[in-house]
Amino acid sequence: MDDHGSPVLRALLDAMPDAVESTHARLGDVTAVVDAEKIVEVMRFLRDSPEIEFDMLTDVTAVDYLGEHPRFEMVYHLYSVGRNRRLRVKARVPEEPAEIDTLAELWSSANWMEREVYDMYGIRFKGHPDLRRLLLYEEFEGHPLRKDYPKEKRQPLVGPRN
Amino acid sequence: MATAPQTPEDDLERDLHTEHQILNMGPSHPATHGTVKFVVELDGETIVDLDVQVGYLHRGFEKECESGSWYQAIPYTDRLAYTSAILCNVGFCMAVEKLLELETPERCQWLRVLSGEIARVSDHLTRCGAAALELQAMTPFLYGIEARELTYDLMEMLCGARVTANYIRIGGVKHDMPPGFPAAAREMIPKIRGLISDFGAVVTQNRIFVDRLKGTGVISKKDCIDYAVTGPILRSVGVPYDIRKDQPYLVYDQVDFDVPIGEAGDNYDRYLVVVEEMHQSLRIVEQCLTRLESIGSGPVNVDDPRVCWPAKGRVFNQMEELIQQFKSVTEGPRVPAGEGYFAIESANGELGFYLVSDGSAVPYKVRCRPPSLINVAPLPIMVRGDMLADIIPTFDFINMIGGECDR
Repeated sequence: MDDHGSPVLRALLDAMPDAVESTHARLGDVTAVVDAEKIVEVMRFLRDSPEIEFDMLTDVTAVDYLGEHPRFEMVYHLYSVGRNRRLRVKARVPEEPAEIDTLAELWSSANWMEREVYDMYGIRFKGHPDLRRLLLYEEFEGHPLRKDYPKEKRQPLVGPRN
Repeated sequence: MATAPQTPEDDLERDLHTEHQILNMGPSHPATHGTVKFVVELDGETIVDLDVQVGYLHRGFEKECESGSWYQAIPYTDRLAYTSAILCNVGFCMAVEKLLELETPERCQWLRVLSGEIARVSDHLTRCGAAALELQAMTPFLYGIEARELTYDLMEMLCGARVTANYIRIGGVKHDMPPGFPAAAREMIPKIRGLISDFGAVVTQNRIFVDRLKGTGVISKKDCIDYAVTGPILRSVGVPYDIRKDQPYLVYDQVDFDVPIGEAGDNYDRYLVVVEEMHQSLRIVEQCLTRLESIGSGPVNVDDPRVCWPAKGRVFNQMEELIQQFKSVTEGPRVPAGEGYFAIESANGELGFYLVSDGSAVPYKVRCRPPSLINVAPLPIMVRGDMLADIIPTFDFINMIGGECDR
């Protein structure tokens, strides 16, 4: 697979050729699409390898490609403070079960951002220490950023909790 | 359960025992600027644990963006970090320009830096002023707000709006600065500097202020990076990460400015970092004014029919331009299919936009990486073991902006 001149992709492809499904570097954003089953393994390698050192998980989000299989795509943005380098890692997640392993044990920043993804897309993170909704309230029905959630949908009224 | 004292002597020697108490603070607390709820577990007045509950200002920013045109998202970005609206405009528009592979004209880039730095000053003034107010110091708050009014006056002169500027466009800015703007800005800058130093004279050496800030809300360098904290908080622990320096965008590589850092990682260092950043931003503003004057007049919008309207004279006389105008107004630009992440240094840290386009005139995915939300996540580890009252200055210097945190 092409490493697009990126030493990080080269190292990842050498170390785990089976985990990487495809790569690209369009618009200068170096990207690796990896197997969702191996996400923790890949991320641990990217964080701990001395010549790579992605010590910051900058962003976690998901995209709903309704109609495609697998339906969801997790998108992680990594940054290395010491080396001033970025990498995007993506993994496809099926609709049923919409599950992927959590990264909260690798980076604390994953905790809240995964909660937000769960809140908005309903993707469950296996092993997450505290998988509650982040921005919406407990009684909210559905996951609003899914493409099949209509923008005009009304939510039932909920009374005070106690 | 402690055993009941047998004699009065036992009672005197016994440790003062308290049961842990759960306290709800917020969602609308008079000493926090921003709607957020803390569920605090207290031992006496010492914080044992804290659960931060955000989301009270959620209004579906991403969902709204995914149902309008690319242009219609810009006013929504104003309302993310409304204390520095221009920076959010810049972040979004530059992310779209990345997908379109557009390079904006030089004059436009200088105008973006100029307006963005004015916005950064006003954001920092709000943060410091509100922090002083919430620590019961009314006078410095008024100095801060007076200086912020001056930045708003400049904003009003530049783009007609004081707070939600909506000044940046995909491929340019709305219009060039008015003729009297450089003179007005040069007159205003010393006044703003004076007010910042008045502000500092009241609080920087003030016993109460220093006692409340020094040694409270401490975070380590390791925790900052682990929690992906950026902006003044990360710089207060001594990491000089500033996207303007590390991945320069616009014309930041052509301006001269320093990145202040702290070392203790407490609220006081954050305060000092933020004050110095205001001085550096004003320096950048002055350099922008000089450069804009030396460049002279020039285009402020990219000459690309995908994003810019044709000149009015041609619209009324040429068929093609009329069609182009019609398409631009009714539909807006079509962005080539693809994905892109673009991050700028906003007043709170790394403000990133991850955009996905399916090639149509409607964004498929607009993700805003909100520094406010990510910076507020480590609040529990910052205040654990501190007193209840220390939540206030710590939360103030995190500067959570509800609009951006909750989107």
